[in-house]
Amino acid sequence: MNERTIICLSCPKGCRVKVKANGDDIKDISGHECPQGIEYAKNEYLNPTRILPTTVRVKNGQIALVPVKTASPIPKEKIGEAMQKLSEIEVEAPVELGQVIVNNILDTGVDVVATRSIKEKN
Amino acid sequence: MKTKRELVIVGGGPAGLAAALEAHKNGVEDILLIERDEYLGGILQQCIHNGFGLDYFNEELTGPEYAERFIDELSDKKIDVQLKTMVIDINDQKMLTVLSSKKGIEFIEAKSVILAMGCRERTREAIRIPGTRPAGVMTAGAAQRYINIEGYLPGREIVILGSGDIGLIMARRLALEGADVKGVFEIMSYSSGLVRNKVQCLDDFGIPLYLQQTVTKIHGQKRVEAVDIAEVDDNFNQIPETKKTIECDTLLLSVGLIPENELSQQANISLDDITGGPIVDQSRETDIPGVFACGNVLQVHDLVDNVSEEAEIAGKAAAEFLLNETKDEIKQSLEIAPGKNITYVVPHTLNINANTSPLIELFFRVKDPAEDCKISIKDNQEELASYTRPIVEPGEIESVKLPIKLINISSDEIIVELITGGE
Repeated sequence: MNERTIICLSCPKGCRVKVKANGDDIKDISGHECPQGIEYAKNEYLNPTRILPTTVRVKNGQIALVPVKTASPIPKEKIGEAMQKLSEIEVEAPVELGQVIVNNILDTGVDVVATRSIKEKN
Repeated sequence: MKTKRELVIVGGGPAGLAAALEAHKNGVEDILLIERDEYLGGILQQCIHNGFGLDYFNEELTGPEYAERFIDELSDKKIDVQLKTMVIDINDQKMLTVLSSKKGIEFIEAKSVILAMGCRERTREAIRIPGTRPAGVMTAGAAQRYINIEGYLPGREIVILGSGDIGLIMARRLALEGADVKGVFEIMSYSSGLVRNKVQCLDDFGIPLYLQQTVTKIHGQKRVEAVDIAEVDDNFNQIPETKKTIECDTLLLSVGLIPENELSQQANISLDDITGGPIVDQSRETDIPGVFACGNVLQVHDLVDNVSEEAEIAGKAAAEFLLNETKDEIKQSLEIAPGKNITYVVPHTLNINANTSPLIELFFRVKDPAEDCKISIKDNQEELASYTRPIVEPGEIESVKLPIKLINISSDEIIVELITGGE
Protein backbone atom coordinates (compact mmCIF):
# COMPACT_ATOMS: atom_id res chain seq x y z
CA MET A 1 0.00 0.00 0.00
CA ASN A 2 1.28 3.47 -1.01
CA GLU A 3 0.43 6.58 0.97
CA ARG A 4 0.88 10.10 -0.35
CA THR A 5 -0.16 13.52 0.91
CA ILE A 6 -1.46 15.89 -1.74
CA ILE A 7 -2.15 19.57 -1.06
CA CYS A 8 -5.50 20.40 -2.64
CA LEU A 9 -5.39 23.56 -4.76
CA SER A 10 -9.13 23.89 -5.33
CA CYS A 11 -9.24 26.82 -2.90
CA PRO A 12 -6.71 28.86 -0.85
CA LYS A 13 -7.29 26.69 2.23
CA GLY A 14 -4.93 24.04 0.82
CA CYS A 15 -6.19 20.90 2.63
CA ARG A 16 -3.60 18.16 3.03
CA VAL A 17 -5.39 15.20 1.49
CA LYS A 18 -4.06 11.68 2.19
CA VAL A 19 -4.34 9.15 -0.62
CA LYS A 20 -3.85 5.42 0.09
CA ALA A 21 -3.52 3.19 -2.95
CA ASN A 22 -2.27 -0.07 -4.38
CA GLY A 23 -0.68 1.01 -7.66
CA ASP A 24 -3.45 2.85 -9.53
CA ASP A 25 -6.15 1.40 -7.31
CA ILE A 26 -7.11 4.12 -4.80
CA LYS A 27 -8.28 2.57 -1.53
CA ASP A 28 -8.86 5.60 0.66
CA ILE A 29 -8.88 9.39 0.54
CA SER A 30 -8.96 11.42 3.77
CA GLY A 31 -8.14 14.86 5.16
CA HIS A 32 -10.25 16.85 2.68
CA GLU A 33 -12.75 19.34 4.04
CA CYS A 34 -15.01 19.42 0.98
CA PRO A 35 -15.85 17.10 -1.96
CA GLN A 36 -13.55 19.07 -4.31
CA GLY A 37 -10.64 17.60 -2.38
CA ILE A 38 -11.52 14.03 -3.45
CA GLU A 39 -11.64 14.90 -7.14
CA TYR A 40 -8.47 16.96 -6.94
CA ALA A 41 -6.48 14.31 -5.08
CA LYS A 42 -7.66 11.55 -7.45
CA ASN A 43 -6.51 13.44 -10.55
CA GLU A 44 -3.29 14.59 -8.96
CA TYR A 45 -2.49 11.04 -7.84
CA LEU A 46 -3.36 9.20 -11.05
CA ASN A 47 -2.61 11.72 -13.78
CA PRO A 48 -0.97 14.98 -12.67
CA THR A 49 -0.95 17.57 -15.46
CA ARG A 50 0.35 21.13 -15.78
CA ILE A 51 0.21 23.97 -18.25
CA LEU A 52 3.79 24.70 -19.32
CA PRO A 53 4.55 28.38 -19.87
CA THR A 54 8.00 29.17 -21.28
CA THR A 55 9.69 31.07 -24.13
CA VAL A 56 10.94 30.31 -27.66
CA ARG A 57 13.62 32.20 -29.62
CA VAL A 58 12.42 34.68 -32.23
CA LYS A 59 14.38 35.58 -35.34
CA ASN A 60 14.15 39.18 -36.49
CA GLY A 61 11.68 40.15 -33.76
CA GLN A 62 11.36 43.37 -31.76
CA ILE A 63 12.29 41.31 -28.71
CA ALA A 64 14.49 38.20 -28.51
CA LEU A 65 11.89 35.75 -27.22
CA VAL A 66 8.23 35.00 -27.65
CA PRO A 67 6.37 33.72 -24.59
CA VAL A 68 4.48 30.47 -25.26
CA LYS A 69 2.34 27.97 -23.36
CA THR A 70 0.80 24.57 -23.88
CA ALA A 71 -2.79 25.31 -24.94
CA SER A 72 -3.99 22.89 -22.26
CA PRO A 73 -2.29 20.94 -19.46
CA ILE A 74 0.16 18.18 -20.40
CA PRO A 75 1.32 15.25 -18.23
CA LYS A 76 3.70 16.50 -15.57
CA GLU A 77 6.38 13.92 -16.38
CA LYS A 78 6.67 15.26 -19.95
CA ILE A 79 7.58 18.81 -18.92
CA GLY A 80 11.36 18.28 -18.99
CA GLU A 81 11.26 16.74 -22.43
CA ALA A 82 8.97 19.50 -23.71
CA MET A 83 11.42 22.16 -22.48
CA GLN A 84 14.24 20.38 -24.34
CA LYS A 85 12.22 20.28 -27.53
CA LEU A 86 11.23 23.96 -27.30
CA SER A 87 14.86 24.99 -26.72
CA GLU A 88 15.71 23.66 -30.18
CA ILE A 89 13.17 25.84 -31.97
CA GLU A 90 13.35 29.32 -33.47
CA VAL A 91 10.38 31.11 -35.02
CA GLU A 92 10.37 33.97 -37.49
CA ALA A 93 8.76 37.34 -36.61
CA PRO A 94 6.04 38.53 -36.91
CA VAL A 95 4.29 36.23 -34.44
CA GLU A 96 0.59 36.52 -33.66
CA LEU A 97 -0.91 35.85 -30.24
CA GLY A 98 -2.39 32.33 -30.34
CA GLN A 99 -0.23 31.24 -33.28
CA VAL A 100 0.70 27.54 -33.08
CA ILE A 101 4.45 27.26 -32.45
CA VAL A 102 4.60 23.45 -32.11
CA ASN A 103 1.83 21.18 -33.24
CA ASN A 104 0.93 18.27 -30.93
CA ILE A 105 4.03 18.45 -28.75
CA LEU A 106 5.45 15.00 -27.82
CA ASP A 107 2.24 13.37 -29.13
CA THR A 108 0.28 14.75 -26.19
CA GLY A 109 -2.40 16.06 -28.55
CA VAL A 110 -1.67 19.54 -27.19
CA ASP A 111 -0.32 22.48 -29.23
CA VAL A 112 2.20 25.00 -27.98
CA VAL A 113 0.89 28.51 -28.77
CA ALA A 114 2.32 32.04 -28.64
CA THR A 115 1.00 34.20 -25.79
CA ARG A 116 2.18 37.54 -27.17
CA SER A 117 2.27 39.22 -30.57
CA ILE A 118 5.81 40.07 -31.67
CA LYS A 119 6.40 42.55 -34.48
CA GLU A 120 9.31 42.43 -36.88
CA LYS A 121 12.40 44.41 -36.00
CA ASN A 122 12.28 47.80 -37.76
CA MET B 1 6.92 73.40 -25.17
CA LYS B 2 3.70 73.45 -23.18
CA THR B 3 0.51 71.59 -24.06
CA LYS B 4 -2.87 71.21 -22.37
CA ARG B 5 -4.58 67.88 -21.80
CA GLU B 6 -7.85 66.83 -20.21
CA LEU B 7 -6.53 63.58 -18.67
CA VAL B 8 -2.96 62.33 -18.36
CA ILE B 9 -2.35 58.78 -17.11
CA VAL B 10 1.13 58.04 -15.77
CA GLY B 11 2.07 54.41 -16.46
CA GLY B 12 0.97 51.96 -19.16
CA GLY B 13 0.79 48.77 -17.09
CA PRO B 14 -2.46 47.03 -16.15
CA ALA B 15 -3.67 49.95 -14.00
CA GLY B 16 -2.99 52.64 -16.61
CA LEU B 17 -4.52 50.58 -19.41
CA ALA B 18 -7.76 49.83 -17.56
CA ALA B 19 -8.03 53.42 -16.28
CA ALA B 20 -7.60 54.82 -19.81
CA LEU B 21 -10.25 52.53 -21.26
CA GLU B 22 -12.73 53.27 -18.48
CA ALA B 23 -12.21 57.04 -18.73
CA HIS B 24 -12.73 56.79 -22.49
CA LYS B 25 -15.87 54.69 -22.04
CA ASN B 26 -17.25 57.35 -19.71
CA GLY B 27 -16.82 60.13 -22.23
CA VAL B 28 -13.34 61.62 -21.83
CA GLU B 29 -12.17 62.53 -25.33
CA ASP B 30 -8.66 63.80 -24.68
CA ILE B 31 -6.54 61.15 -22.96
CA LEU B 32 -2.74 60.80 -22.95
CA LEU B 33 -1.20 57.60 -21.61
CA ILE B 34 2.51 57.89 -20.82
CA GLU B 35 4.74 54.79 -20.53
CA ARG B 36 8.50 54.73 -19.98
CA ASP B 37 9.14 51.29 -21.55
CA GLU B 38 9.12 50.47 -25.27
CA TYR B 39 5.77 48.72 -25.07
CA LEU B 40 2.55 48.78 -23.06
CA GLY B 41 1.60 46.15 -20.50
CA GLY B 42 4.17 46.86 -17.80
CA ILE B 43 5.42 43.95 -15.72
CA LEU B 44 2.70 41.68 -17.13
CA GLN B 45 4.87 41.26 -20.23
CA GLN B 46 7.58 39.47 -18.25
CA CYS B 47 5.10 37.39 -16.22
CA ILE B 48 4.81 34.68 -18.85
CA HIS B 49 3.28 32.16 -16.43
CA ASN B 50 -0.42 31.37 -16.30
CA GLY B 51 -2.78 32.22 -13.47
CA PHE B 52 -3.99 35.69 -14.49
CA GLY B 53 -7.53 36.71 -15.33
CA LEU B 54 -9.50 34.07 -13.40
CA ASP B 55 -11.58 36.79 -11.72
CA TYR B 56 -11.68 39.42 -14.45
CA PHE B 57 -12.05 37.31 -17.60
CA ASN B 58 -13.21 34.03 -16.01
CA GLU B 59 -10.41 32.19 -17.75
CA GLU B 60 -6.80 31.50 -17.02
CA LEU B 61 -4.34 33.61 -19.02
CA THR B 62 -0.62 34.34 -18.97
CA GLY B 63 0.57 37.87 -18.20
CA PRO B 64 1.23 38.87 -21.83
CA GLU B 65 -2.18 37.52 -22.89
CA TYR B 66 -3.88 39.51 -20.14
CA ALA B 67 -2.03 42.67 -21.22
CA GLU B 68 -2.73 42.16 -24.91
CA ARG B 69 -6.51 42.08 -24.35
CA PHE B 70 -6.34 45.63 -22.97
CA ILE B 71 -3.78 46.82 -25.53
CA ASP B 72 -5.97 45.53 -28.38
CA GLU B 73 -9.02 47.26 -26.99
CA LEU B 74 -7.07 50.49 -26.65
CA SER B 75 -5.67 50.44 -30.17
CA ASP B 76 -8.84 51.51 -32.01
CA LYS B 77 -9.86 54.14 -29.45
CA LYS B 78 -8.99 57.79 -29.41
CA ILE B 79 -6.42 57.42 -26.66
CA ASP B 80 -2.96 58.87 -27.30
CA VAL B 81 -0.06 56.70 -26.15
CA GLN B 82 3.46 58.03 -25.69
CA LEU B 83 6.07 55.27 -25.20
CA LYS B 84 9.70 55.58 -24.09
CA THR B 85 8.65 58.67 -22.16
CA MET B 86 9.25 59.38 -18.51
CA VAL B 87 7.28 61.71 -16.28
CA ILE B 88 9.93 63.33 -14.10
CA ASP B 89 7.79 65.77 -12.15
CA ILE B 90 4.21 66.56 -11.24
CA ASN B 91 3.34 69.61 -9.17
CA ASP B 92 0.27 70.36 -7.11
CA GLN B 93 -1.17 72.38 -10.00
CA LYS B 94 -1.23 69.21 -12.13
CA MET B 95 1.62 70.41 -14.34
CA LEU B 96 3.69 67.46 -15.59
CA THR B 97 7.32 67.61 -16.69
CA VAL B 98 7.89 64.87 -19.24
CA LEU B 99 11.09 63.60 -20.82
CA SER B 100 11.72 61.55 -23.96
CA SER B 101 14.63 61.19 -26.37
CA LYS B 102 12.29 62.01 -29.24
CA LYS B 103 10.80 65.26 -27.95
CA GLY B 104 13.16 66.31 -25.17
CA ILE B 105 11.51 68.06 -22.24
CA GLU B 106 7.79 68.84 -22.48
CA PHE B 107 5.41 70.47 -20.05
CA ILE B 108 1.84 69.23 -19.93
CA GLU B 109 -0.93 71.04 -18.08
CA ALA B 110 -3.51 68.41 -17.14
CA LYS B 111 -7.02 68.97 -15.85
CA SER B 112 -6.94 65.52 -14.30
CA VAL B 113 -4.17 62.99 -13.63
CA ILE B 114 -4.33 59.27 -12.87
CA LEU B 115 -1.26 57.93 -11.10
CA ALA B 116 -0.60 54.34 -12.24
CA MET B 117 3.15 53.98 -11.73
CA GLY B 118 2.97 50.56 -10.08
CA CYS B 119 5.55 49.40 -7.61
CA ARG B 120 9.13 48.24 -7.50
CA GLU B 121 10.98 45.54 -5.64
CA ARG B 122 12.87 45.95 -2.41
CA THR B 123 16.58 45.50 -2.98
CA ARG B 124 19.57 44.16 -1.07
CA GLU B 125 20.16 47.70 0.22
CA ALA B 126 16.62 47.89 1.63
CA ILE B 127 17.19 44.83 3.82
CA ARG B 128 20.91 45.48 4.44
CA ILE B 129 22.56 42.11 3.82
CA PRO B 130 26.23 42.33 4.90
CA GLY B 131 29.14 41.06 2.81
CA THR B 132 30.91 41.89 -0.41
CA ARG B 133 29.23 43.50 -3.40
CA PRO B 134 29.74 41.09 -6.30
CA ALA B 135 27.69 40.63 -9.48
CA GLY B 136 24.91 38.08 -9.21
CA VAL B 137 22.74 39.70 -6.53
CA MET B 138 19.49 40.83 -8.07
CA THR B 139 15.76 41.07 -7.47
CA ALA B 140 13.58 38.22 -8.66
CA GLY B 141 11.84 40.57 -11.07
CA ALA B 142 15.12 41.65 -12.67
CA ALA B 143 16.00 37.97 -13.22
CA GLN B 144 12.53 37.46 -14.68
CA ARG B 145 13.12 40.19 -17.22
CA TYR B 146 16.54 38.74 -18.17
CA ILE B 147 15.13 35.26 -18.72
CA ASN B 148 11.72 35.96 -20.24
CA ILE B 149 12.32 39.07 -22.34
CA GLU B 150 16.03 39.58 -22.94
CA GLY B 151 16.96 35.91 -23.22
CA TYR B 152 19.78 35.59 -20.67
CA LEU B 153 20.10 33.03 -17.88
CA PRO B 154 21.30 35.12 -14.91
CA GLY B 155 23.08 32.23 -13.16
CA ARG B 156 23.35 28.48 -12.69
CA GLU B 157 23.39 27.90 -8.93
CA ILE B 158 20.67 29.91 -7.35
CA VAL B 159 19.65 30.81 -3.81
CA ILE B 160 16.36 32.68 -3.42
CA LEU B 161 15.63 34.84 -0.39
CA GLY B 162 11.95 35.46 0.25
CA SER B 163 8.99 33.25 -0.56
CA GLY B 164 6.77 35.87 -2.16
CA ASP B 165 5.04 34.80 -5.34
CA ILE B 166 7.69 36.27 -7.64
CA GLY B 167 10.39 34.30 -5.81
CA LEU B 168 8.43 31.07 -6.12
CA ILE B 169 7.62 31.65 -9.79
CA MET B 170 11.29 32.36 -10.50
CA ALA B 171 12.39 29.20 -8.66
CA ARG B 172 10.33 27.19 -11.16
CA ARG B 173 11.39 29.25 -14.14
CA LEU B 174 15.10 28.82 -13.34
CA ALA B 175 14.65 25.09 -12.68
CA LEU B 176 12.88 24.72 -16.05
CA GLU B 177 15.76 26.51 -17.77
CA GLY B 178 18.25 24.09 -16.24
CA ALA B 179 19.60 26.06 -13.27
CA ASP B 180 20.15 24.40 -9.90
CA VAL B 181 17.87 26.14 -7.40
CA LYS B 182 19.32 25.29 -4.00
CA GLY B 183 16.41 26.50 -1.96
CA VAL B 184 14.05 29.31 -1.03
CA PHE B 185 14.71 30.90 2.36
CA GLU B 186 11.97 32.73 4.23
CA ILE B 187 12.50 34.72 7.43
CA MET B 188 8.83 34.41 8.47
CA SER B 189 7.34 31.21 9.86
CA TYR B 190 5.02 30.91 6.86
CA SER B 191 5.35 31.35 3.10
CA SER B 192 4.02 34.68 1.92
CA GLY B 193 3.21 33.25 -1.52
CA LEU B 194 0.02 31.49 -2.64
CA VAL B 195 -0.28 27.81 -1.69
CA ARG B 196 -0.73 27.03 -5.36
CA ASN B 197 2.66 28.50 -6.17
CA LYS B 198 4.37 26.69 -3.31
CA VAL B 199 3.08 23.37 -4.64
CA GLN B 200 3.53 23.92 -8.37
CA CYS B 201 6.76 25.93 -8.28
CA LEU B 202 8.70 24.29 -5.44
CA ASP B 203 7.26 20.84 -4.64
CA ASP B 204 6.95 19.90 -8.34
CA PHE B 205 10.68 20.48 -8.78
CA GLY B 206 11.85 19.23 -5.41
CA ILE B 207 13.04 22.72 -4.39
CA PRO B 208 13.15 23.02 -0.59
CA LEU B 209 11.50 25.91 1.30
CA TYR B 210 13.27 26.78 4.55
CA LEU B 211 11.17 28.82 6.99
CA GLN B 212 12.57 31.13 9.70
CA GLN B 213 15.92 31.26 7.93
CA THR B 214 17.64 34.17 6.23
CA VAL B 215 20.77 35.18 4.33
CA THR B 216 23.26 36.74 6.74
CA LYS B 217 26.23 37.40 4.46
CA ILE B 218 27.23 37.45 0.78
CA HIS B 219 30.65 36.11 -0.30
CA GLY B 220 32.53 36.60 -3.58
CA GLN B 221 34.70 39.22 -5.26
CA LYS B 222 33.68 39.61 -8.93
CA ARG B 223 30.80 37.17 -8.78
CA VAL B 224 28.74 35.71 -5.93
CA GLU B 225 30.56 32.61 -4.64
CA ALA B 226 28.46 31.69 -1.60
CA VAL B 227 25.97 33.01 0.93
CA ASP B 228 25.69 32.41 4.66
CA ILE B 229 22.35 31.26 6.00
CA ALA B 230 21.15 31.26 9.61
CA GLU B 231 17.96 30.36 11.42
CA VAL B 232 16.14 33.16 13.23
CA ASP B 233 14.11 33.08 16.44
CA ASP B 234 10.57 34.41 16.83
CA ASN B 235 11.95 37.96 17.17
CA PHE B 236 13.93 37.59 13.92
CA ASN B 237 17.26 37.48 15.78
CA GLN B 238 19.82 35.31 14.03
CA ILE B 239 20.89 32.17 15.89
CA PRO B 240 24.68 32.17 15.29
CA GLU B 241 25.24 28.46 15.98
CA THR B 242 22.89 27.54 13.09
CA LYS B 243 25.01 29.37 10.51
CA LYS B 244 25.93 27.45 7.35
CA THR B 245 27.48 28.44 4.02
CA ILE B 246 25.87 27.56 0.69
CA GLU B 247 27.86 27.81 -2.54
CA CYS B 248 26.00 29.58 -5.33
CA ASP B 249 26.62 32.09 -8.12
CA THR B 250 23.37 34.03 -7.83
CA LEU B 251 21.20 35.39 -5.03
CA LEU B 252 17.65 36.37 -5.98
CA LEU B 253 15.66 38.62 -3.69
CA SER B 254 11.90 38.42 -3.40
CA VAL B 255 11.50 40.49 -0.27
CA GLY B 256 8.59 42.76 -0.89
CA LEU B 257 7.29 45.50 -3.14
CA ILE B 258 7.15 49.25 -2.62
CA PRO B 259 4.62 51.47 -4.38
CA GLU B 260 6.57 53.88 -6.60
CA ASN B 261 5.44 57.26 -5.29
CA GLU B 262 8.28 59.71 -5.91
CA LEU B 263 6.01 61.65 -8.28
CA SER B 264 3.18 61.68 -5.74
CA GLN B 265 5.59 63.09 -3.16
CA GLN B 266 6.80 65.76 -5.58
CA ALA B 267 3.16 66.78 -6.01
CA ASN B 268 2.77 66.95 -2.20
CA ILE B 269 0.13 64.22 -2.13
CA SER B 270 -0.37 62.73 1.35
CA LEU B 271 0.76 59.10 1.62
CA ASP B 272 -0.26 56.27 3.94
CA ASP B 273 2.78 55.11 5.97
CA ILE B 274 1.61 51.48 5.90
CA THR B 275 0.66 51.00 2.23
CA GLY B 276 3.27 53.47 0.97
CA GLY B 277 0.59 54.73 -1.43
CA PRO B 278 -1.55 57.88 -1.57
CA ILE B 279 -4.42 58.47 0.83
CA VAL B 280 -7.60 58.26 -1.25
CA ASP B 281 -11.37 58.39 -0.96
CA GLN B 282 -13.71 55.77 -2.40
CA SER B 283 -13.29 57.15 -5.95
CA ARG B 284 -9.48 56.78 -5.53
CA GLU B 285 -9.06 60.56 -5.54
CA THR B 286 -6.01 61.80 -3.62
CA ASP B 287 -5.97 64.96 -1.53
CA ILE B 288 -5.34 66.99 -4.70
CA PRO B 289 -8.72 67.32 -6.45
CA GLY B 290 -8.60 65.69 -9.88
CA VAL B 291 -5.57 63.53 -9.12
CA PHE B 292 -6.42 59.84 -8.76
CA ALA B 293 -4.31 56.76 -7.97
CA CYS B 294 -4.90 53.09 -8.74
CA GLY B 295 -3.14 49.75 -8.94
CA ASN B 296 0.11 48.92 -7.18
CA VAL B 297 1.06 52.58 -6.74
CA LEU B 298 -1.87 52.78 -4.31
CA GLN B 299 -1.56 49.40 -2.56
CA VAL B 300 0.37 46.30 -3.61
CA HIS B 301 -2.22 43.84 -4.94
CA ASP B 302 -1.95 40.04 -5.09
CA LEU B 303 -3.94 39.70 -8.29
CA VAL B 304 -3.82 41.82 -11.44
CA ASP B 305 -7.57 41.29 -11.77
CA ASN B 306 -8.03 43.51 -8.71
CA VAL B 307 -5.70 46.11 -10.22
CA SER B 308 -7.90 46.32 -13.31
CA GLU B 309 -11.02 46.70 -11.19
CA GLU B 310 -9.47 49.41 -9.04
CA ALA B 311 -8.24 51.25 -12.14
CA GLU B 312 -11.77 51.26 -13.52
CA ILE B 313 -12.98 53.00 -10.36
CA ALA B 314 -10.31 55.69 -10.86
CA GLY B 315 -10.95 55.99 -14.62
CA LYS B 316 -14.66 56.46 -14.11
CA ALA B 317 -14.10 58.97 -11.30
CA ALA B 318 -11.70 60.99 -13.44
CA ALA B 319 -14.37 61.14 -16.15
CA GLU B 320 -16.93 62.37 -13.62
CA PHE B 321 -14.47 64.98 -12.35
CA LEU B 322 -13.87 66.26 -15.90
CA LEU B 323 -17.41 66.10 -17.27
CA ASN B 324 -19.56 66.91 -14.26
CA GLU B 325 -19.31 70.72 -14.05
CA THR B 326 -21.44 71.15 -10.95
CA LYS B 327 -19.83 69.17 -8.15
CA ASP B 328 -22.29 67.36 -5.89
CA GLU B 329 -22.24 68.62 -2.35
CA ILE B 330 -20.61 66.25 0.15
CA LYS B 331 -23.17 65.31 2.80
CA GLN B 332 -20.94 63.27 5.11
CA SER B 333 -17.22 62.60 5.35
CA LEU B 334 -15.81 59.62 7.22
CA GLU B 335 -12.35 58.30 7.98
CA ILE B 336 -11.93 54.56 7.42
CA ALA B 337 -9.41 53.12 9.86
CA PRO B 338 -7.82 49.72 10.48
CA GLY B 339 -8.84 48.31 13.86
CA LYS B 340 -7.86 45.14 15.73
CA ASN B 341 -5.75 42.66 13.68
CA ILE B 342 -5.96 44.74 10.49
CA THR B 343 -2.88 46.25 8.82
CA TYR B 344 -4.50 48.80 6.52
CA VAL B 345 -7.71 49.65 4.71
CA VAL B 346 -8.21 51.23 1.26
CA PRO B 347 -9.98 53.59 0.67
CA HIS B 348 -8.95 55.78 3.57
CA THR B 349 -11.91 58.15 3.49
CA LEU B 350 -15.50 58.04 2.39
CA ASN B 351 -17.15 61.18 1.02
CA ILE B 352 -20.86 60.60 0.63
CA ASN B 353 -22.85 62.72 -1.80
CA ALA B 354 -26.10 62.24 -3.71
CA ASN B 355 -24.27 60.21 -6.34
CA THR B 356 -22.34 57.83 -4.08
CA SER B 357 -22.80 54.18 -4.96
CA PRO B 358 -25.00 52.33 -2.40
CA LEU B 359 -22.28 49.72 -1.79
CA ILE B 360 -18.72 50.63 -0.84
CA GLU B 361 -16.08 47.96 -1.22
CA LEU B 362 -13.35 48.10 1.43
CA PHE B 363 -10.00 46.38 0.77
CA PHE B 364 -7.68 45.44 3.61
CA ARG B 365 -5.04 43.05 4.87
CA VAL B 366 -5.11 41.10 8.14
CA LYS B 367 -2.03 41.08 10.41
CA ASP B 368 -1.86 37.32 11.05
CA PRO B 369 -3.36 34.19 9.52
CA ALA B 370 -6.64 33.05 11.14
CA GLU B 371 -9.37 30.48 10.54
CA ASP B 372 -13.13 30.57 11.19
CA CYS B 373 -13.14 34.27 11.91
CA LYS B 374 -15.26 37.35 11.38
CA ILE B 375 -14.69 40.75 9.77
CA SER B 376 -16.53 43.38 11.76
CA ILE B 377 -17.31 46.87 10.47
CA LYS B 378 -18.12 49.51 13.10
CA ASP B 379 -18.72 53.22 13.21
CA ASN B 380 -18.32 55.39 16.34
CA GLN B 381 -21.60 54.06 17.63
CA GLU B 382 -22.19 50.40 16.81
CA GLU B 383 -21.31 47.39 14.68
CA LEU B 384 -22.72 48.02 11.20
CA ALA B 385 -22.10 44.66 9.59
CA SER B 386 -20.07 41.52 10.00
CA TYR B 387 -18.82 38.99 7.50
CA THR B 388 -17.61 35.47 8.33
CA ARG B 389 -14.47 34.06 6.74
CA PRO B 390 -13.28 30.43 6.85
CA ILE B 391 -9.68 31.54 6.42
CA VAL B 392 -7.75 34.82 6.15
CA GLU B 393 -4.05 35.34 5.44
CA PRO B 394 -1.83 38.44 5.40
CA GLY B 395 -0.72 37.47 1.90
CA GLU B 396 -4.20 37.79 0.45
CA ILE B 397 -6.16 41.05 0.27
CA GLU B 398 -9.60 40.74 1.81
CA SER B 399 -12.59 42.82 0.85
CA VAL B 400 -16.14 43.42 2.02
CA LYS B 401 -18.99 45.39 0.48
CA LEU B 402 -20.58 47.75 2.96
CA PRO B 403 -24.06 49.17 2.23
CA ILE B 404 -23.73 52.88 3.00
CA LYS B 405 -27.30 53.08 4.24
CA LEU B 406 -26.07 51.24 7.37
CA ILE B 407 -23.80 54.15 8.33
CA ASN B 408 -25.18 56.42 11.06
CA ILE B 409 -25.62 59.96 9.76
CA SER B 410 -23.68 61.52 12.66
CA SER B 411 -20.65 59.16 12.39
CA ASP B 412 -17.30 60.38 11.19
CA GLU B 413 -15.33 57.13 11.37
CA ILE B 414 -15.56 53.54 10.17
CA ILE B 415 -13.36 50.86 11.73
CA VAL B 416 -12.54 47.48 10.22
CA GLU B 417 -11.67 44.69 12.68
CA LEU B 418 -10.85 41.00 12.52
CA ILE B 419 -12.47 38.96 15.29
CA THR B 420 -10.84 35.54 15.72
CA GLY B 421 -12.28 32.37 17.27
CA GLY B 422 -11.03 32.96 20.81
CA GLU B 423 -12.78 36.35 21.18
